[in-house]
Amino acid sequence: MRIPLSALIGLILTGIFLFVAIFAQWIAPYAINDVSGGQWEGPSAKFWLGTDTIGRDILSRLIYGAQITIFVALASSLLAFSLGAFLGFLAAVKGGWIDQVLSRTVDLVMAVPSLIVALVMLSVLPLNLTVLILVMGILDSTRVFRLSRAVAADIAVMDFVEAARLRGEKGIWVIFREILPNALSPLVAEFGLRFIFAVLFISTLSFLGLGIQPPLADWGGMVKENKDGLIYGKSAALLPAAAIAALAISVNLVADWILTRTSSLKGGRGG
Amino acid sequence: MHPILKLVVQRIALGLLLLLAVSAVIFLGVEALPGDTAQAILGQQATPEALANLREKMGLNQPPLTRYFQWLGGILTGDLGKALTNGADIATSIGQRLGNTLFLAGCAAVIAVPLAIILGLVAARYAGKWPDKVISGITLTTISLPEFVAAYFVIYIFTQAIPIFQPVAMVFPGMSFWAKLQAVALPVIVLVLVVLAHMMRMTRAAILNVMQSAYIETAELKGLSPMTVIWKHAFPNAIAPVVSVVMLNLAYLVVGVVVVEVVFGYNALGQYLVDHVTKRDLPVVQAVGLIFAAVYIFLNMAADIIGILANPRLRHPK
Repeated sequence: MRIPLSALIGLILTGIFLFVAIFAQWIAPYAINDVSGGQWEGPSAKFWLGTDTIGRDILSRLIYGAQITIFVALASSLLAFSLGAFLGFLAAVKGGWIDQVLSRTVDLVMAVPSLIVALVMLSVLPLNLTVLILVMGILDSTRVFRLSRAVAADIAVMDFVEAARLRGEKGIWVIFREILPNALSPLVAEFGLRFIFAVLFISTLSFLGLGIQPPLADWGGMVKENKDGLIYGKSAALLPAAAIAALAISVNLVADWILTRTSSLKGGRGG
Repeated sequence: MHPILKLVVQRIALGLLLLLAVSAVIFLGVEALPGDTAQAILGQQATPEALANLREKMGLNQPPLTRYFQWLGGILTGDLGKALTNGADIATSIGQRLGNTLFLAGCAAVIAVPLAIILGLVAARYAGKWPDKVISGITLTTISLPEFVAAYFVIYIFTQAIPIFQPVAMVFPGMSFWAKLQAVALPVIVLVLVVLAHMMRMTRAAILNVMQSAYIETAELKGLSPMTVIWKHAFPNAIAPVVSVVMLNLAYLVVGVVVVEVVFGYNALGQYLVDHVTKRDLPVVQAVGLIFAAVYIFLNMAADIIGILANPRLRHPK
């Protein structure tokens, strides 16, 4: 199997981001909130990428920012995924009123942009990591629900599922042992897209001041902290902005490749 | 009743029902979340008596359903209540800001829609060749950027690298139309970039879909030039999907304006919403949230209705 160049670049970059996120504590030259230089210093041997609005090392904050951004995005996309896929399969397998209730609820949530719903919810809920992960995960699970319900509905009418039902297997068995293994490949590519969505979502919330709160800092929050420098030609805010873009594009490249690969696989198996 | 009219009426009824359900979620759903408006105003140290007094005064001790219908009735008569933070009348505060938001979104739409369709046509004409690859590559990049990231790159380019614009967008009553246009130039560029990519990609896909039909092959075999085939034969048949794409992406502007207004300090509805989320001013958040939801639902409904009207199979039933 040949990996196309774009996917290879995406894989390598995604790998680097993950490595940095996992080992942030050992890689970062300074602690996250160490004020160790002057305001908005340029790049130097001491501060490779310069310093931020109150003199903290930008490289270190970017490295810690990778950790918190990727952690929150991963946690919320995992939640969106398990919740959405389970309920989607359940709706497809059970049908009837369960399907109706779940599908209409999802229609309702998707009738309003996620950002607006999140803003309304965050005006009441306390702002902490758990709340953010839950809000983003639940809102995004609606998209996973639609996809997995459609995929599972195609599988649920196949002979082997019918056979399992006639054997007298329960709904849970059918979901996990019959449908899940056959629905996995389209869902994997979807996971990449959900992860990107979560990265962009948490960055936007933090940029608006409604996401991750100080002393923690993610990339969106770093753009917010340093945005005023742009007017004086200090480009510190562009570095975290570029990091968000780079992560989103690399994961996109990988997801694109998985998507084309799984669709050709599906063709090879005759549907 | 004509079947097409029936479909349209059904779609409008569905839209209204959806809006009603969304309003219930925005009001009652938020009530169900932990957190209490009286507590939010008075703070954690408030005595139980003070809390009870305030709840009484604000009518918070009535059952949620009663308050929901009061709220809904107020909205239908143009009374959105008062802001918790400064007691200002919400309807008045929204009035002028809504105009500013529509002005910004309208400018972006006027530029983005024709541009996206032209680029989509060009990309479809040269599908797989270099103009398509260049356009697709650029749009793939802009799709991966959140609005505020795109905004700061645009600000950096046009205020530092090529200093021709101001990094803030201030409009005020009494400003001439031309001055207003100049003031919103940068935010409009950002919004165009953000919606252009989706719109152009979906236009390209819609045209390429039509290009696989047999009559397109006939037109090609007649010896027509590729651009004539696309313009005369493919485009008219792709109008329905393209118009729905355009509507869906205009709905996407709803999210875009919220962030872009904050970036440029543009005094309009999105900025007003985010401000009051931070201040935990629930009545304002609910009212503005409902307006954004209504615009979004309306645009989606319009996309579906245009799709129904443009479908000749529905227009001429057997």
